[in-house]
Amino acid sequence: MGATVISNEHALDGGPGPMGATYGKMMMWYFILSDALTFSGFLAAYGFSRFKFIETWPIADEVFNHFPFLHGVNAPMYYVALMTFILIFSSVTMVLAVDAGHHMKKSKVAFYMFLTIIGGFIFLGSQAWEWKNFIKGEYGAVETNGGSILQFVKKQEDGTFKRVALADFALTLPESREQHTKSNGVWFVGESTLPTYSVNEVVQGFQADESILVRSELINAEKHKTVLSRAESLKRLQEAKYVVEGANLVRNEYGHKLFANFFFFITGFHGFHVFTGVLINIIIFFNVLLGTYEKRKSYEMVEKVGLYWHFVDLVWVFVFTFFYLV
Amino acid sequence: MANAHESNTKKIWIVFGILSLVTIVEVIFGIYKPKSLFFTNFLGMNLLNWLFIILTIVKAYYITWAFMHMDGEKKWFRRSVVWTAVFLMIYLSFILLVEGDYVYNVFKTGHLKWIF
Repeated sequence: MGATVISNEHALDGGPGPMGATYGKMMMWYFILSDALTFSGFLAAYGFSRFKFIETWPIADEVFNHFPFLHGVNAPMYYVALMTFILIFSSVTMVLAVDAGHHMKKSKVAFYMFLTIIGGFIFLGSQAWEWKNFIKGEYGAVETNGGSILQFVKKQEDGTFKRVALADFALTLPESREQHTKSNGVWFVGESTLPTYSVNEVVQGFQADESILVRSELINAEKHKTVLSRAESLKRLQEAKYVVEGANLVRNEYGHKLFANFFFFITGFHGFHVFTGVLINIIIFFNVLLGTYEKRKSYEMVEKVGLYWHFVDLVWVFVFTFFYLV
Repeated sequence: MANAHESNTKKIWIVFGILSLVTIVEVIFGIYKPKSLFFTNFLGMNLLNWLFIILTIVKAYYITWAFMHMDGEKKWFRRSVVWTAVFLMIYLSFILLVEGDYVYNVFKTGHLKWIF
């Protein structure tokens, strides 16, 4: 649109460039292209690691099964589906703003830009909540010397297994372990936060409660994680090395270490894009209010940020598929 | 842009409907995981995953064509973006996924113990 309005000007000042697009829009497209390749690099690397550890990779439905106000209810995917809707909807308001720009309707552009910004903030908030749950963890697990994660389950009456949290069976023994900080002891050596229970407390609690079994990382023919027998469980637990609660970049209670690393990097990189998108949208929103584009007789700038915003939505569609669905 | 002077509002809402519908279908399949799809493999992946990937590409098509107005751009400009991306993505994922599968088989059938 902008191209046709100011066609008598020089190409570098916003007039038409090669292939019928203005330079501004064309370079936004090529930026998006390169950014898309960065994201596909991330997602392909995730695919590589997943195929490499195909038998032991965590099952996303079991990890992301929280929904606000439904505590303890197993709600896989509803929350990410909601986040997808939020982002798609903010894309719709963005494209409505672009459409209103084509008709030079300043107040309509401003209104839809405002809705888009709100949608962006809601999405960022949702992502923060998702990260909070992921980092905090729910059940806790034990890591062995070899780096495998052992989770704990209890057999139910219908023959299925229910996850149990460490707090449900771990003993509290009269042992004390001080949190070591940089300010005392060996110079400049600290340690990460100690878990609630020591390995010893978990192992002894496990030995005391006959109904609890270990669930290994291995995925069986029914595509569930394999639950070990009581004897095997006790044997595996002899190799226990760390108690893991929640997730960080070193270890996580969900399974393979790379799973949390990819989660943090991919959703984090995407969240960073959403954040910058919101910032740019805010700047353009104020420019719209000030009448900058009215004076310029072209709302092409709204179109360009719109491209970026839709791209963020486009990436989320792929993250949603490859992280949560597949 | 070809369709700059008429309002596209109706088309935008239709596309929103399509995108929502596809997402809902994905979530339903993701929750129920029909056995016939989930346990049938094709080219190293089960049919359910193939379905998700195809639906994702459908969504990506609608977002780029309708929301990003790719349909209004000149043919070779469109191709310079879309073909480049599609070619490099297919290439990258093919190489990495095949390699990942190969490493998995080395781990599984090799002499070194790797599950402790």
